[in-house]
Amino acid sequence: MTSILGKPVGRRQILRGAAGAAIGAAALHGTKASAQAAPIKVGVLHSLSGTMAISETALRDTVLMMVQKQNAEGGLLGRRIEPVVVDPASNWPLFAEKARELLQVQRCDVVFGCWTSVSRKSVLPVFEELNGLLFYPVQYEGEEESRNIFYTGAAPNQQAIPAVDYLMSADGGSARRIALLGTDYVYPRTTNRILRAYLISKGIPEADILEEYTPFGHSDWQGIVARVKAFANQGKKTAIVSTINGDANVPFYRELGNQGIKAEDLPSVAFSVGEEELAGIDTRPLVGHLAAWNYFMSVQAPANTEFLNMWRAYINNPRRVTNDPMEATYTGFKMWTQAVRAANTTAVDAVRTAMIGQKVMAPCGYEETMGANHHLSKPVMIGEVQANGQFNIVWRTPGPIPAENWSPFIPENANRRRGG
Amino acid sequence: MIKLRTLPTIALLALAMLICSLAPRPATAQGAAADPFAAALERLAGGDFGQIVEGINALAALGDARAVPILRALGDNALAKRQSDQRLAILRDDGPIDAATGTRLEPADRAAYAPIGINNRVRVALRGALGRLVLFSPDDAERLAAAQGVYRSRAAENLPLIERAYAAERNPRIKAQLELALAATRLMSPDAATRRAGVDTLGASSSAEARALLVETRAAANSDAELVAAVDRALASLDFRLQIASAAQTFFQGLSLGSVLLLAAIGLAITFGVMGVINMAHGEMVMIGAYATYLVQEAIRAWAPGLADVSILIAIPAAFLSAGAFGFVLERGLIRHLYGRPLETLLMTFGLGMIVQQAVRLAFGAQNREVSSPTWMQGTIALPGGIAITQNRLWIIVFGLAVLLATVAVIRFTRFGLNMRAVTQNRPIAATMGIPTGRVDAMTFAFGSGIAGMAGVALSQIDNVSPNLGTGYIIDSFMVVVFGGVGNLAGTLVGAFILGIVNKVLEPYAGAVLGKIFVLVAIILFIQRRPRGLFALRGRFVES
Repeated sequence: MTSILGKPVGRRQILRGAAGAAIGAAALHGTKASAQAAPIKVGVLHSLSGTMAISETALRDTVLMMVQKQNAEGGLLGRRIEPVVVDPASNWPLFAEKARELLQVQRCDVVFGCWTSVSRKSVLPVFEELNGLLFYPVQYEGEEESRNIFYTGAAPNQQAIPAVDYLMSADGGSARRIALLGTDYVYPRTTNRILRAYLISKGIPEADILEEYTPFGHSDWQGIVARVKAFANQGKKTAIVSTINGDANVPFYRELGNQGIKAEDLPSVAFSVGEEELAGIDTRPLVGHLAAWNYFMSVQAPANTEFLNMWRAYINNPRRVTNDPMEATYTGFKMWTQAVRAANTTAVDAVRTAMIGQKVMAPCGYEETMGANHHLSKPVMIGEVQANGQFNIVWRTPGPIPAENWSPFIPENANRRRGG
Repeated sequence: MIKLRTLPTIALLALAMLICSLAPRPATAQGAAADPFAAALERLAGGDFGQIVEGINALAALGDARAVPILRALGDNALAKRQSDQRLAILRDDGPIDAATGTRLEPADRAAYAPIGINNRVRVALRGALGRLVLFSPDDAERLAAAQGVYRSRAAENLPLIERAYAAERNPRIKAQLELALAATRLMSPDAATRRAGVDTLGASSSAEARALLVETRAAANSDAELVAAVDRALASLDFRLQIASAAQTFFQGLSLGSVLLLAAIGLAITFGVMGVINMAHGEMVMIGAYATYLVQEAIRAWAPGLADVSILIAIPAAFLSAGAFGFVLERGLIRHLYGRPLETLLMTFGLGMIVQQAVRLAFGAQNREVSSPTWMQGTIALPGGIAITQNRLWIIVFGLAVLLATVAVIRFTRFGLNMRAVTQNRPIAATMGIPTGRVDAMTFAFGSGIAGMAGVALSQIDNVSPNLGTGYIIDSFMVVVFGGVGNLAGTLVGAFILGIVNKVLEPYAGAVLGKIFVLVAIILFIQRRPRGLFALRGRFVES
């Protein structure tokens, strides 16, 4: 025990004093920093190793590209932007730790990150506790709304439901039996729950819906594809709705090709397969299979040309592709810079208020607006795989549609407020 | 092509279709009457998919052979409109030509043409139309595709055409397909007796698609009790054969999964089973083999594109050597210092595996690398009874067995194998006999690693070539080796196939996730009863 002025002082008190001093120093440091126009810190929370690295590394590169561009244009509010990249390694609890590090240690003004819903769910409490700001760029199952997160990917009504509508339309092949295949985690399970309710509301009987789940990274699809084939031979036009995630898609599509399933007879529509995923497969046997997104690389629009040129120049490879989550990251970053300018500060509360109603001309060719529910309005597009690994857009909504993050097809949501 | 005496029928049909389809559009009717072919072409340029489909059907009904290249071009995304006047053009590699006349079109620049996009609905119509048009082609492959096309399109007006094609056909495979097409088309006939004949033929077939047709017919034939009874009879006989086919299919899938497990486990059966090294980086050896396959493929694409079909065969020794060399360095550099300390070996190889994974990720990127299948590994072999076997799986079963036999041969019949057995059975005595035990250890480990590399060649055909390729197989490999009996290659063989078949039999009932859990639980219980696995080694050295 140490004693000051003859009075014994506990270890805890000393610690408390030290902590107080540290906080004071930090605060002092903070004020000094802003006076000298310290850089604005942008956190990047994407897996650079593990199973999700295949998808998430391109998003890190997109954020870094936007930061570089913004700095080349003189920064933001006269301050330079400094990216802080961490690697949560496809490990969901590590996401929460890294988020805490970005907010508490690095004091990031904004974070761009996460891909899987489980990683977002794990960081959400951290962002709410520390009042951080997260931009989440991937389509997801909805059923969430946090004041600390802006969702720049699609909600179910902006992807899944229009895709099923297309399958049931004359152009999509008038499907009356649907096989729902997914990876076993929260996004496919919730999406399929919504889709099942929706299909039943459209008059499809329970017996005509098949639901199958597989683990992450599943590679032996023989049995499931054979089962879907048998399901399709029951006398009604059948289609597959795939919420298979990550690299399990490659063996799945290979198996479809090997078992001779042609898109004309048994089309499949995927919600998590984009240009980047197709880059690893021979797409010739897959021509005609579908994907539903809010952006395809093949969109013809000036904003997309600008995006493509910027990406290829940054990555220094004319053959690299772009995809929907990259576009959502790009749009989200642009919107954030606009909101910071409008608020004239990077303070989270001010930026949050300024974000609502921001508009950006997105590479998908439409002007997207941030709604009061923290979700973007987005157009929906359906593309068919072509032999060159690109998508041919066969259907699209006439304009952007607002997000319904609380799906009306989930009974528990009956009393929630809806829409932006 | 189309024989002369059918032309009147076809012309009549075409006229009927034209009148029907053109009725709501009097504006274009006059031009169409002048030249129905041109009118149908015009509709291909129509704008929406519905109009394109109408155009295709009109062309098919005309039975005009001129339509074949145009429809093929449409299917290949090579049909386009000239921007200036909407004229239809076929974009060929040597320049655009006029779709209607076949003459060259100006300008030659592709940018002046807007390709006509198609979707699945258009592809379905195309298949039926082309099937009708090339049903009498001299080329076997074309006729087979045509037979499949008319089978799927099932248009009642095709009936006389298919009947003639069926009578004239000599190739048994195409004839069988035409028989199905004939039966399927008969189902669409307005005549009850014809419909029943179709039902009986389909009932005698083993085609899974026929089942769908029968169910549809049954749903549509409410009033016709006789037809319903015929359909039910046909369904019963068809279902019996389909069930047998499905059981055979499941068995094959089990063998196939077993062969993958076997391939992944043979290398481990050497390094873990024979040497007792718990090598958690075993999956990374497999991954190195898969990347070696990718590199060989890229090298061949760059320097010897003619060899593309055998690139995978060249990759086998390449993968063996690269993974083997890595294993050799690993054993000499690290593992030999940790003999007799299994826990440290486990941790060290686990960490090393992560380092190798990340190194590959940095060198090749996180994206999957595409390893294409050679043509002889693509597609399915159709066996009688409606059993379809995918070629790539079949070759992997053959490859797995070949690797196992080669491994057994090396261990039994070579000097190296003899040394290896001597060292593992009794190291001190082997040393006194003058066997360089250290070098034999290194070679054995390299051998096991090389076999894992060869597994990577096979896995590149069915799984992703990505840095985490190996992680999915490490648990399965250990499971097979422990289940089969440590240190016994026969056990590995039997263990792998039992696990594969049990997994596939369970899958339809339990689902892929639960099925795997059941298998795991079953193995745990089994190991409780028989700790040494299926084929336990007996003898003195086991105890030491």
